[in-house]
Amino acid sequence: MSPGQPLLQLEGISKQFGPVRALDRVDFAVNAGEVVGLVGDNGAGKSTLVKAIAGINPPDSGTIRFAGNEVSINKPQDATNLGIATVYQDLALADNLDVVANLFLGREEVSPGVGVASRRLDEVRMEHEAGELLSNLAVTIPSLRSEVGMLSGGQRQQVAVARSLLGDPKVVMLDEPTAALGVPQTKQVLALIKRLRDRDLGVVVISHNLADVFAIADRIFVLRLGRGAGEFRASEANEDQVVAAITGLGDGRGTKAAARALSPTADAPAGADKPAEGGTE
Amino acid sequence: MTDTVDTVDGTEAVAEEKFSARHQLRRVIQGDLSSLRVVFGLIVIAIIFQVQEPRFLSAENLTNLMLQITTIGLISVGIVYVLLLGEIDLSVGAVSGLCGAVMVVLNVKHGWNAYLSIAAAVAVGAAIGATQGSLFSRFVVPSFVVTLAGLLTWEGALLQVLGKTGSLNVTDPKITGLANIFYSSTVGWIMAIVVIVAYGTVLAIGFRKRVAAGLADRNPLPLIVKFVAIAAIVIAAVAILNSDRGVPLALLILLGFVVTMEYIVKGTTFGRHVFAVGGNAEAARRAGIRVNGVRIAVFTISGSMAAVGGIMAASRLFAVNQNSGGNELLLLAIAGPVIAGTSLFGGRGSVWTALLGALVIGSISNGMDLLGLSSPVKLMVTGGVLLLAVLVDAVVRLQRKETRAA
Repeated sequence: MSPGQPLLQLEGISKQFGPVRALDRVDFAVNAGEVVGLVGDNGAGKSTLVKAIAGINPPDSGTIRFAGNEVSINKPQDATNLGIATVYQDLALADNLDVVANLFLGREEVSPGVGVASRRLDEVRMEHEAGELLSNLAVTIPSLRSEVGMLSGGQRQQVAVARSLLGDPKVVMLDEPTAALGVPQTKQVLALIKRLRDRDLGVVVISHNLADVFAIADRIFVLRLGRGAGEFRASEANEDQVVAAITGLGDGRGTKAAARALSPTADAPAGADKPAEGGTE
Repeated sequence: MTDTVDTVDGTEAVAEEKFSARHQLRRVIQGDLSSLRVVFGLIVIAIIFQVQEPRFLSAENLTNLMLQITTIGLISVGIVYVLLLGEIDLSVGAVSGLCGAVMVVLNVKHGWNAYLSIAAAVAVGAAIGATQGSLFSRFVVPSFVVTLAGLLTWEGALLQVLGKTGSLNVTDPKITGLANIFYSSTVGWIMAIVVIVAYGTVLAIGFRKRVAAGLADRNPLPLIVKFVAIAAIVIAAVAILNSDRGVPLALLILLGFVVTMEYIVKGTTFGRHVFAVGGNAEAARRAGIRVNGVRIAVFTISGSMAAVGGIMAASRLFAVNQNSGGNELLLLAIAGPVIAGTSLFGGRGSVWTALLGALVIGSISNGMDLLGLSSPVKLMVTGGVLLLAVLVDAVVRLQRKETRAA
């Protein structure tokens, strides 16, 4: 992590869908060991930006730099090879398989050997590695051999995040990781995201829930109608300012009502964590 | 903040430990032991028929039963793979008839060597499966429709291959031997010992590996119970078969395919991908699995196994005719694994259910034959059993959903 040089840097990214300008000259950057909250109203371009980085919808124009080098990401494999992992909202887990099988899906480990035997799944090694990974991340699940379909929403989210780490990525992007989770489960997932930061990963979190964003993000990046609409240090900003940037209404004074409309938990005590969260440097 | 997080994790962990105990119990009821449910059903069936007709459990009749289930069991092995994908293959009956006919025609009419004819028949089955699989995955047509079209096409092809005679006898001992060779007592016992030792070795190596990796948190007792149970079944089976004509080659062929295909589906990367595609095709695709490749491979397996089943049927009947692979063969081959616990909705099941299901269906049919029941009654009873099995499966699935919601 060289100071001053972002791990992932996007400059002037634009993306057009027919007549719709989904992204308009967006500049965006993530540093190693940093959580960036990506916020904005519906249709602001958050998902489009993530998909551009993930190689699902390559941008029409603009440059992407990874660790200082200009790169082109034209398909998901390119992003994976660079070390960019994405956890989508639907998690893409196979409910009928157990935790170990899901973690290693598509990159199963096989026993050494010849012929057909060489393709034998090395369940022991996979289970061992899965156990280490999950305990490093302090993820709590009933058993590594539980079917993923039997897990709670928070546990499934944690399994999906843990899976993204198996490829040893540098940047992890999470799409609405706390949507549809209960309070304790949300706390678990947020704690997991902090542990990703502690591992020196660059983390991008898309969220509608400003309380959650303030609880974990070092920096908050606001998109509005496909354009960058503001960037805040989480330790120095308050929710009103961010809401103002999201909605484009005034300077943030007197927009408490808008804040409530956007984020029902905006008044929750979670905001009390804010000052404690800020200091990363 | 770290403190609060730890507390949250701690309380959750305690809650989850409790959950885990209940979870284990549920697993026993819903998952691992669903095959025990079927074994229990088999015992009930056996008692019912034995009470009414003492010949049912005689060595002779049990040997006949093994020969009767060979074709259905082999076709079901392929069907299990298709069901694991959440798909269906309606062409397997017709393909088995066609491939049996291809083998006999090549051997009898064209004078091909028996083994070459068998290989050609399996190749035809594989090619048919691969074609249907490609059409289904490439053009995103439901497998139901593609294989229904296949059913009609291959039935027509069977009539075409048989020509005007409509029936053809086969006498080549290499072909008829497949379903009519029995091994002597000595050979039977040697095979039993080899199987038991091999099974024990596999279990022991697996257990030691887990212990070495620090994963074997349980005592070896369940493994020992499993080993003793399997060993007892093998010894009992060989003893019974030896007291009649001996261990039939057909049974060895069926068991060989079941064990091999179970190993592939549970122990290899390919098998894991079959389960993944059946559970969540989109997740599999995003994980970098070549979903269409898996689908084509599975339908190729299904076609090949249908061919093997057809070959065994021709061998047992010493003939092929216009009815080969027809009647209720297709539906019974699909019903078997479903009765024994392979889900129709993909992602759950095992190749053992092909064997267990064939045993259930074969026992019912065999028992009703012994009792001299008419074919309408047989069909209706078999239908009732299938319905019952599917209802049980549905209830278990609903419970599983409720568990998750809780």
